[in-house]
Amino acid sequence: MISLTNLHKSYYTEAISLHVLKGISLNIEAGEYVSIMGASGSGKSTLLNIIGILDTYDAGEYRLNGTLIRDLSEKQAAKYRNEMIGFVFQSFNLINFKNALENVALPLYYKNVGRRQRNIVAMEHLDKMGLKDWAHHMPNELSGGQKQRVAIARAMISNPKIILADEPTGALDSQTTVEVIGLLTDLNKQGITTIIVTHEQSVADATNRIIRLKDGMIESDTSHSHPTPRDSHLENTSHPVTQNS
Amino acid sequence: MNYLQEIFATLRKNKLRTTLTGLSVSWGIFILIVLLGASNGLKNGVTANFEHRAVNRINMWTGITSIPYQGLKSGRNLKFSEQEISVVEDEVKESRLVTARSNRTQNISYGTEYGSYQVNGVMPSYAEMEKLIFEPGDGRFFNHLDYTQRSKVIVIDKQMAEVLFKEKSPLGEYVKVGQLMFKVIGVNSKKEQWGGPVAYIPFSTMQVVFNTDKKFYQLSFTVEGLETTVENERFNKSLRNLMGRQLKFDPEDNQALWVNNSQSDYIETMKIFGGVNLFVTIVGILTLIAGIVGVSNIMLVSVKERTREIGIRKAIGAPPASILTSIILESIIITAIFGYIGMFLGIGVTEIMNFITEQAANVAQSADGGPQMSVFKNPTVNIGYAIFATVLLVISGVIAGYLPARKAVKIKPIEAMRQE
Ligand SMILES: Nc1ncnc2c1ncn2[C@@H]1O[C@H](COP(=O)(O)OP(=O)(O)OP(=O)(O)O)[C@@H](O)[C@H]1O
Ligand SMILES: [Mg+2]
Repeated sequence: MISLTNLHKSYYTEAISLHVLKGISLNIEAGEYVSIMGASGSGKSTLLNIIGILDTYDAGEYRLNGTLIRDLSEKQAAKYRNEMIGFVFQSFNLINFKNALENVALPLYYKNVGRRQRNIVAMEHLDKMGLKDWAHHMPNELSGGQKQRVAIARAMISNPKIILADEPTGALDSQTTVEVIGLLTDLNKQGITTIIVTHEQSVADATNRIIRLKDGMIESDTSHSHPTPRDSHLENTSHPVTQNS
Repeated sequence: MNYLQEIFATLRKNKLRTTLTGLSVSWGIFILIVLLGASNGLKNGVTANFEHRAVNRINMWTGITSIPYQGLKSGRNLKFSEQEISVVEDEVKESRLVTARSNRTQNISYGTEYGSYQVNGVMPSYAEMEKLIFEPGDGRFFNHLDYTQRSKVIVIDKQMAEVLFKEKSPLGEYVKVGQLMFKVIGVNSKKEQWGGPVAYIPFSTMQVVFNTDKKFYQLSFTVEGLETTVENERFNKSLRNLMGRQLKFDPEDNQALWVNNSQSDYIETMKIFGGVNLFVTIVGILTLIAGIVGVSNIMLVSVKERTREIGIRKAIGAPPASILTSIILESIIITAIFGYIGMFLGIGVTEIMNFITEQAANVAQSADGGPQMSVFKNPTVNIGYAIFATVLLVISGVIAGYLPARKAVKIKPIEAMRQE
């Protein structure tokens, strides 16, 4: 589904150019559950953004479902994003003047779905996230975990093939982290290719494949399957568990 | 439909931004229209004052000499005689309508009703010169025949007719002027611009019955072919020379003869008015520019403020064109609605100003002897200008929204979302 071959990416600032991705080759099949780890600045977000067609790359090849993603017009890129990809960000990226329901419904607006239909579907997705009662609350009235669940509902509403999550739990406490990762795991079980960028071993352990980046190159790529229920993985984590206050 | 719903939702949810942008548009249009209205009022007022009478008119009054002349002492009381009338008629080639004027206050009575009024002895051309008004059924001014026959006919004023005759038609009736009976041949509806109601009798009759010395003080005539200030000044000078020879005074002696050239007044006023007009135009253009800059600024800021939102929308699959269109539609809707409100309020204020000036004019008119003069008249704006200004602001709002929006849409979504 996702196929990267010798991918290079540099950022050019006024004086210096920063070579961030130095030849990434990677294959992710449909339905895989992948986490990307690595030190800060190793290029995780950059890689994820390229996969999500939010950013471009300099050299190499990126094929999504066999289609070469290169020199796309903004319009085409928007179309692929809308049809294929759902994003979940660390900072939630909800539109602050729209309530939860409207935020979730927004991608359907760009698919020309009528308002009534949009709201019905959005409400279903919010319900799946356990947020039915919060549908008409504004983002600033929601907790971090609730916001992230709204964001996941929004990512899911256009039935994407891929979910890309950049540190989705970075701004959440451990309890909420468990809930949010549980939701992402559920999505993956429904067959959606899920890629999570994370710093937390506990989060990475929930996935079936861990890719470690170091200085813009793949350091390790290990797969392991999880026959056990997801909750058990969080028990052997070194991450300090703080209680909800 | 879908589109508009989303746009109105965005506008509603961002009330402050919407209101601020809107108010600056409303304010710009409002000020512009009020300003244009006021200047139009001034223009109309000034022009109307000149419309009351023939524009190109010269008035001469004799006075007392203040400079000795050819052995004659100063302090002589000068007066016109009938000779000067023919001099003006024959020797002043620019003159057209000529009339001598001689006034006195007389008791005028009809039956038991009476009043003290000013009676002017004038020549038949006076009616045309002063644009007297005879409504249908109100008779006529005296003609050449009345004049040469020195008929005892009188033209009275509408107000006088009401006092003396009440409901009755005065035409053909005889009124007593002083000790003499005059036949009423016309009722004039035009009010004197200055002073109270006036009755007119032929100057020739006046000379016989009231002016025993056959002398008079005032002579008026219209002129043609004097367009520029220079021409008028040259004319005034030669007129003084001519009259100086006639009445024996130094042409430089301004006390001996007062000359009022309404044409040069008119030219002067029009010059000043041209200045006022230019000033108002400049202020109007500056207001418009200020409005455009204001709208552009707010658009710029609001788009910048929305960079993050634009990034989010793009990340979830909004085509750039759709974002651009909605920003532009938003700015069109804001500027159009608020521009319309500003236009509406502005026109409302000019209409109120108009109403007040009309009221004031009516009050002045109905008050006995009140002058009809006003410097302000019909202070309203051509609706075309108002719409033009509004459309201009709408267009500039759109352009001002479009440029930064296009830039914001071009930013990669990931960078746009990084903005706080
Ligand atoms: N738009 C940009 N312009 C210039 N440099 C950038 C830009 N975005 C990222 N970088 C740099 O590229 C490098 C990789 O950034 P990236 O965000 O991919 O790291 P990361 O692995 O996601 O780090 P973190 O764990 O801190 O999120 C960093 O050194 C960063 O400073
Ligand atoms: Mg990152």
